[in-house]
Amino acid sequence: MVTLAQTEPAALSLRGISKSFAAPDDPLTRRLALIDISLSLAPGELVALIGPSGCGKSTLLRLIAGLDTPDSGELTIGSEPITAPSAERGLVFQDPNLFPWLTVRRNIEAGLVARGLLREKRAEVDDFMRLVRLETFANAYPHHLSGGMAQRAALARALINHPKVLLLDEPLGALDAFTRMQMQDEVLRLWQARRTTMLLVTHDIDEAIYMSDRIMIMTPTPGRIERKIDIDLSRPRDRSSEAFLRLRSNILEHLHFAGTAPA
Amino acid sequence: MQNSAEEDVDLARSRQIAPPPVSKHLQSLLTFFGAVAITLVVHLLISKNEPSAETRYYTIFLCTVLAIAVFTAPAQLFSSAVRRWRQNVHPILAAGTLLLCLWEIITTGLRLLPLPYFPSPAKVLQSLISDYKLLFDSTWHSFVLLLCGYALGVLAGLFSGLCIGWSRQIRYWGMPVLKIVGPIPATAWIPLAMVLSPSGTFSAMALIALAVWFPVTMLTSSGISNTRASYLDVARTLGAGRGYLIFRVAVPAALPNIFIGLFMGLGASFLTLVVAESIGVKSGLGWYVSWAQGWAEYGKVFAALIIMAAFFSSIMTLLFKVRDRVLVWQKGVIKW
Ligand SMILES: Nc1ncnc2c1ncn2[C@@H]1O[C@H](COP(=O)(O)OP(=O)(O)OP(=O)(O)O)[C@@H](O)[C@H]1O
Ligand SMILES: [Mg+2]
Repeated sequence: MVTLAQTEPAALSLRGISKSFAAPDDPLTRRLALIDISLSLAPGELVALIGPSGCGKSTLLRLIAGLDTPDSGELTIGSEPITAPSAERGLVFQDPNLFPWLTVRRNIEAGLVARGLLREKRAEVDDFMRLVRLETFANAYPHHLSGGMAQRAALARALINHPKVLLLDEPLGALDAFTRMQMQDEVLRLWQARRTTMLLVTHDIDEAIYMSDRIMIMTPTPGRIERKIDIDLSRPRDRSSEAFLRLRSNILEHLHFAGTAPA
Repeated sequence: MQNSAEEDVDLARSRQIAPPPVSKHLQSLLTFFGAVAITLVVHLLISKNEPSAETRYYTIFLCTVLAIAVFTAPAQLFSSAVRRWRQNVHPILAAGTLLLCLWEIITTGLRLLPLPYFPSPAKVLQSLISDYKLLFDSTWHSFVLLLCGYALGVLAGLFSGLCIGWSRQIRYWGMPVLKIVGPIPATAWIPLAMVLSPSGTFSAMALIALAVWFPVTMLTSSGISNTRASYLDVARTLGAGRGYLIFRVAVPAALPNIFIGLFMGLGASFLTLVVAESIGVKSGLGWYVSWAQGWAEYGKVFAALIIMAAFFSSIMTLLFKVRDRVLVWQKGVIKW
């Protein structure tokens, strides 16, 4: 199992972030995708982000990753402003996006190769392949993998860089219920061992409650953070405890309201 | 895992032909054997009155093929691989042999075609064997010229394609040049090349390189600039610098396209090679063809054409093999 040198987790803070895109039907007008997003994650905090499809969750993660720049607002990690992508902010995309020309093993190694650390850290590759249970597929090409296996490989590929902040865009969405729960525990274990700051986008309310310290509920058009809910349950959490179920129905109610509210 | 899947396929395949259908076997054997036998008999009948110096080689050739057909037959009893191979190639070999037969009937047999221009297969084989030294020499010259020109064109094309595909600025200035100069057939530059260059061989090489350069550049640049943005994004979040983005993401992503360019370039290089050789260069297969034509030795013309066919198609096959190896990761995704 992966027991790895600690990297310092970092605080993440967003202040007044707005982002607009050219409207698809009329390229001259711009449509707001995110408006005035402010949030901060303490070092080592695990925050879940839920909200209906199209409310800007992926857009927000791309901004934090440094792949896009906001129209206005400030993003900082620790005390550094975010200006460009960096290996210290890992992002697991909604699509696995494995490089089809590399085997599973080489995909997982990619971050080490990119940073010139492969020779030094080659041993870790096996750890991570075991972590996501893909040892036997080391030499398979991505088109041989199922959707869930591909997503697991993508997770390992992001983890191998030991990012200070890990951004997860529905990383477990393609998994079956059983593997999914296993992976939730794996991710949690990893998070507890290394105390990475994590921002987890999910559609699964149970997953959000089971895993996170805090849940942010987003509403669409334009995307903004509607509510923040602290989850004060002790870990490991029991999915069928009364407190869990109460939180669940609470959030469901809220999402229902948020989904039908006029923009 | 991959292996076991392939084994499964093999197993299924072998099951399909597991009980060797004896009749089918015999059939495929007989078609080829029969075709060779018929061709041999027809040849012996037709060439009865021809000078034996001209037909001797062809007779020997047909007898050899017949002998091979007979003696390799037992091998398939022991090896299923040989069996499969024979079943696969026999029909096409039989058809090829019958075409030879038809050719002989039309030329020497019925004299349907004007003679100096359309020699019989026997005559062609005789020319091929009697002039093998010069033919071999010409093939060698063509090979060296083609190799140098093609390699030069590919290197230049990959480089310019990479620059145009990756850098917006270079694309702005380079693309118009590419679009205007590129479509001019390389052979159209021959008059200019002959004036500019001191040696025919050198200008031919430059022309071949030019012919290859255009499609390779075009396809490389389009492949590079169409790299899926998400692959580049992934690489950036993994800490990739520019070198990694270009050579480990964009280039591999563009490889399928690049190979299309390499194939198009290869076709263009054959054409340019033959034209350049028959005009400027004093060696090579293209030169040989026009030289033989000048002496009205059409047997030699056909012999050179046959060598060219074998030569060019081997190179093409080689490139296909390279592509299959480099693009294994695409296996089952694209077939062309
Ligand atoms: N590159 C882009 N160009 C134009 N519009 C975009 C772009 N990316 C996102 N958008 C718009 O921004 C909005 C938010 O998209 P985003 O992908 O962030 O949603 P999401 O919350 O991740 O949805 P889902 O849960 O379905 O993944 C959408 O309306 C989308 O059309
Ligand atoms: Mg999304």
